[in-house]
Amino acid sequence: MARHTLSVLVEDLPGVLTRVAGLFARRAFNIHSLAVGPTEIKGISRVTVVVDAEGDLLEQVTKQLNKLINVIKIVELMPEASVQRDHILVKVRADAATRLQVTQAADLFRASVVDVSTDSLIIEATGNAEKIHALLAVLEPFGIREIVQAGTLAVGRGSKSMSDRALRSASA
Amino acid sequence: MSNGTPASPALPAKPANRSKDAAVSSVVEASSLVQGPNNIIAPTEMLGSQAIVRSLEELGVKDVFGLPGGAIMPTYDSLMDSTKINHILVRHEQGSGHAAQGYAMVTGEVGVCIATSGPGATNLVTAIADAHMDSVPMVAITGQVHSAFIGSDAFQEADIMGITMPITKHSFLVTKAEEIPQVLASAFHIASTGRPGPVLVDITKDAQQGKGMFSWPPKIDLPGYKIVVRGHNKQVREAAKLIAASSRPVFYVGGGVIKAHAANELKEFAELLGAPVVTTLQARGAFPDSHELHVGMPGMHGSVSAVTALQQSDLLITLGARFDDRVTGVLPTFAPHAKVIHADIDPAEISKNRTADIPIVGSVKEIIPELTEACRSLFAEQGAPDLSSWWTTIGRLRETYPIGFTETQDGLSAPQHVIQRIGELTGPEAVYVAGVGQHQMWAAQFIKYERPHSWLNSGGLGTMGYSVPAAMGAKVGNPDRVVWAIDGDGCFQMTNQELATCVINNIPIKVAIINNSSLGMVRQWQTLFYDSRYSNTDLNTGHGTARVPDFVKLADAYGCVGLRCERDEDIDATIQQALAINDRPVVIDFVVSRDSMVWPMVPTGVSNDLIQIARGMTPEWEEED
Repeated sequence: MARHTLSVLVEDLPGVLTRVAGLFARRAFNIHSLAVGPTEIKGISRVTVVVDAEGDLLEQVTKQLNKLINVIKIVELMPEASVQRDHILVKVRADAATRLQVTQAADLFRASVVDVSTDSLIIEATGNAEKIHALLAVLEPFGIREIVQAGTLAVGRGSKSMSDRALRSASA
Repeated sequence: MSNGTPASPALPAKPANRSKDAAVSSVVEASSLVQGPNNIIAPTEMLGSQAIVRSLEELGVKDVFGLPGGAIMPTYDSLMDSTKINHILVRHEQGSGHAAQGYAMVTGEVGVCIATSGPGATNLVTAIADAHMDSVPMVAITGQVHSAFIGSDAFQEADIMGITMPITKHSFLVTKAEEIPQVLASAFHIASTGRPGPVLVDITKDAQQGKGMFSWPPKIDLPGYKIVVRGHNKQVREAAKLIAASSRPVFYVGGGVIKAHAANELKEFAELLGAPVVTTLQARGAFPDSHELHVGMPGMHGSVSAVTALQQSDLLITLGARFDDRVTGVLPTFAPHAKVIHADIDPAEISKNRTADIPIVGSVKEIIPELTEACRSLFAEQGAPDLSSWWTTIGRLRETYPIGFTETQDGLSAPQHVIQRIGELTGPEAVYVAGVGQHQMWAAQFIKYERPHSWLNSGGLGTMGYSVPAAMGAKVGNPDRVVWAIDGDGCFQMTNQELATCVINNIPIKVAIINNSSLGMVRQWQTLFYDSRYSNTDLNTGHGTARVPDFVKLADAYGCVGLRCERDEDIDATIQQALAINDRPVVIDFVVSRDSMVWPMVPTGVSNDLIQIARGMTPEWEEED
């Protein structure tokens, strides 16, 4: 099933994330990834949710989300008209013998080494899903100890802001 | 005859937010969103508990149903001083929830129920879920433990907001006294506008005990709550074109028409087009049963004419209905040749189950007149569609397969006959409130509904036990009308404790227990689909059993009049006797046959085309021409 990225502006109130997540669970919609954080507007948070849904089901997801009182606005971000980024921290086995190879691999992906110990490195990488996959494939042979990954972040290209109108109505 | 007022209530629609940009105007027009007379009250310091009572008063609340407990005691203390609010003390919180529903259904106003934290709140859950499924405007106020104790598993603590999140339209947790007016005004606004539904307001004990500034009207600020009321012009015009081009149109009318108080508008529209009208279980009374255009109730236990009208239609004019599985049967086989116009105030209902060709989001109160005018002008140009051959088909079905029943084999009364006589002897001005099961279906089939707000039942959730407390609430809302609870012996045993509430508060409802000594609908399915293996459906309340409990004695113990009717020849006299008593509740134990079944029936998992008029009997279909 096709993946779709939805940007959802919500009121920053207790329980809002539960409402959004609960809705997905209860209506049997599949969440692939979820990211939440504050926006440039006080009192408004932005949820980026990647769903496995298409057609009528995607329409239902959007409509049901819209029914939540604390949801202010929903926009679907098309891959070609938006920037979408995954963010990952990987702890890789690396001793004196392999350290250089691992750091070179990280360099190739423009990833940074953020922690070094005698037998491991932590690599931080940002990019689209394909790049992250490729990086992990390269690091795999060295021995991956831990992976931590954030939900996909996405924003529409160009100067338009999805929160402009929401800002006006929320702060009026 | 009923003592009800002769005219049906045709309440005006709620003040509509007509702006095209509802998101912006909901803030601009904020002050007018507050219900009630909007009295101006300058900031005054008071206790949170007083603010709760005062807010309810300012919102125009007259009657509330509830039961106190530790975490809501401050509010009950303040409630004692109110001269405007009539609080009715129930015997179980579920009763207060259903009573609030019944009250809301007959008055069109928000029903209010109050309970304490923990078990008080969890006892409301069934009623809240019921109100959610049937779109009933209701505000449930619950006490919550002191905010400092939240999350500590304190005595009588339950996360009622978490528990009810999937079954409320919205919910609030209030931890400060000064938040109370705004939250309650918002709760009433949300509950009663758009698609109505239950709103939970959970208020901590310290918010009730603390002091805060109270002023009125508060500002309602809900940037994410947008309601579209008017239909989109272009969609309305497109719909009119489809209607003008149709040859087998059907009005598929749902409960939304009743919620929107749009029965008069519907009548005018239906008469203009002259097409058959079907009213769903939730819409019984939205269109008069006696009207020549009415062809019955659709669905699993609908009439052959109504079910077939939908199946053979080329255009469903869907108004405030939601293509529920009990109506559609196997979805892909439902009304296979029909295009669909779907008007509903909830955009999420449109194309949820059946894809709409012409979706129209808005209130049917606004959309129906818009559609009527669009059709009127289109018909003036090109003539109205000729429906005569369509009516030949429908008329033949209506004549050949009327709703009926067979006599019983065991000498006991037929339950359908009892219910039919209650309807005939009481008349359409009364309010009829059913429980869930066979008696509910018979009450939907055999009582003639002529006006909206006269038929209440638990349609979506199917809550056994709904009838007695909901009838109690309905009687409080419509004290001048006769209110019948048509109940089953199973249902009645779930909530009959509210008879005490009725007696003590002088709420003289009439309860007809259709006593077949079993969980009848389950038993019917056991007969039909489980090889007559009657697993745990015998209740021992009827003829030839131990009669536990004896419903007449039970009624007597509660201070009601208890009557028993066991023979056909006594049915009319017993009903008349009940109708003559208005100073206390009456409970009639109608002892009926347990073998009577609800027909017609579309078994689950098959197409509506396979409707059976009796066991194994399908209608003889005319060849389609």
